[in-house]
Amino acid sequence: MIQINNLHKSYKIGSNSLHVLKGIDLKIDEGELVAIMGSSGSGKSTLLNILGMLDIADDGKYLLDNVLIQDLTETTAANYRNRFLGFVFQSFNLINYKNALENVALPLYYQGLGRKIRQQKALEYLEKVGLKDWATHLPSELSGGQKQRVAIARAMASQPKVLLADEPTGALDSNTSNEVMGLIQKINEEGKTILVVTHEIEIAHMCKRIVTLKDGVIVEDKKTNQTLIDTNV
Amino acid sequence: MNSLKTIFDYDTWQEIFGSVAKNKTRTVITVIGVLWGIFIYITLSGSAKGLDNGFDREFEDMAMNSMFVWPQSTSIPHAGFKIGRSPRLTVQNVETLKQQVPEIQYIAPRNARGVRSGPPASVVYRDILRTYNIYGDYPEYSSISTKKIYKGGRFINNADIKNKRKVCVIGERTQKELFEEDESPIGKFIRIDNVYFQVIGVHKFNPGGGFETDGDIFIPFETFRNLYNTGDKVNWFVIAAYEDADVIAVEKKVKEVLKRIHKVSPDDERAFGSFNLGEVFNRITGFADGMTFLSLVVGLATIIAGVIGIGNILLISVKERTKELGVRRALGATPGEVRVQIVLESVFLTLISGIMGIVLGAFVLAIINFFTQDLSDFPYTNPTVPIPLVIGALIIMTVLGTLIGLIPAQRAVSIKPIDALREE
Repeated sequence: MIQINNLHKSYKIGSNSLHVLKGIDLKIDEGELVAIMGSSGSGKSTLLNILGMLDIADDGKYLLDNVLIQDLTETTAANYRNRFLGFVFQSFNLINYKNALENVALPLYYQGLGRKIRQQKALEYLEKVGLKDWATHLPSELSGGQKQRVAIARAMASQPKVLLADEPTGALDSNTSNEVMGLIQKINEEGKTILVVTHEIEIAHMCKRIVTLKDGVIVEDKKTNQTLIDTNV
Repeated sequence: MNSLKTIFDYDTWQEIFGSVAKNKTRTVITVIGVLWGIFIYITLSGSAKGLDNGFDREFEDMAMNSMFVWPQSTSIPHAGFKIGRSPRLTVQNVETLKQQVPEIQYIAPRNARGVRSGPPASVVYRDILRTYNIYGDYPEYSSISTKKIYKGGRFINNADIKNKRKVCVIGERTQKELFEEDESPIGKFIRIDNVYFQVIGVHKFNPGGGFETDGDIFIPFETFRNLYNTGDKVNWFVIAAYEDADVIAVEKKVKEVLKRIHKVSPDDERAFGSFNLGEVFNRITGFADGMTFLSLVVGLATIIAGVIGIGNILLISVKERTKELGVRRALGATPGEVRVQIVLESVFLTLISGIMGIVLGAFVLAIINFFTQDLSDFPYTNPTVPIPLVIGALIIMTVLGTLIGLIPAQRAVSIKPIDALREE
């Protein structure tokens, strides 16, 4: 599903150049649930941003579902993001003046779908994350776990090929973290390819595979004994 | 094409309503800025129009290209005459003037008592005695200065002149003072300086028409001549030039001819006095035009200030919403879509406030109109703003709103989504 070769990325900070990614090779197959681990500064978020087409690599090849991602303009990147990728952020990033349903429907709006279909689909995905009854609530009326579940529903609504989660449990307590990870596992069981960036080892072990980054290179890439969460959400 | 589709998309507006409704304080403050601008614009230009209409009304009964000319006294010795001589205008001058100044359309000699020479006439009806100014007139006079005659009456006509009829047109006040309220004066006889005259009409008083009053009595010129033994003498001429003639040039020409006839030095500026209505009218309409122009400039400047305010607030709001816009772009909003949204927010705010301002302005104009419609001595009538000006203002606002919206819109898309998301 995802294939990257020799990916390089550096940032200019003042007159110095900070080499963040120093030649990453990674292959992720369809249906995998991969944790990307590393301490802060290891380059894991940069990698995720490049995979999410929010950032552009300096060098290297990136294939997403056999499509070569290169020379992106802002507009094509936006279209790719809309059709191929779903994002889950640490701070949820729900739009605070839209209710849960409208938030979930937003990527569908940018897909150009009609209003009725959007509402129907958004409700469907809200039901999937167990928040159908909360459809008309604003983000401020939801708990952290609920917000993240809405965010996951929103990421899933556009039926992306890959779900990218950047520290999805970073702002949650352990109970709700488990709840959210359980949901991610459930979605993965249905066949979705998911990447989770985390620095928590327990969270990483809830994935099927752990890729560890250190100083811009992959130092470890192993299968795990996946800890399954009881999904009684 | 794509952005055109977005503009007419229900969902785009849904997004804009959402964003505008969410930031209530911001929206209200912004709206007030433009609303005030367009309100000032509408009220000012409406008032200027009202003033303009008011002046038009003041002058509607008088031919705008008309003038008066009367003798004064000479100030330069000429052709053997000493200075201080008062030339004597005569009825024979009428033909000469008509021949030599072809621009003249109407010329009406007038004599009067009570105004420039002689005492006013004493008028008796039944047991009431009053004095009124009296004028000797030709029918031409009503072609220059329209005399509205009340129903059932008429002004002096050529037959009256020819037959030296003893008929008169009286004023509103004269009627009120001499006749009973339900008594029709038409056909009645009144005694003017011991001669009986039949009343043929009552003229409606038009304020602003020089020294005329609501008590004036008009009688045929020839009758006046006999009654007061004025001979050929004419107190002054009222002259109207043709529509397309330059009345100032006509005024000059008329005076030149009169100077020649009456053996006055061509350089004598004092011998004949004149009053040019066209000149006065031009000055006043110029003033009204200036007011209109001023209100246009002030109004537009205020609108621009308001729209700039919108741009300012949107710029801040874009900064506030950096994260939201980043999220939208992560979810697949293209830069174009973001830009269109911000610009449309700007245009939407501008137009809504503009329309509210127009309604408010129209309301205020209606109130002003209500309070001034009965004031006949105040030159202010029917304050309106021409529709093209309103539409023009709306177009200008839309264009300005778009242009000013482009600044925050550009700011919004110049931030990369990744930076926008990183911002906490």
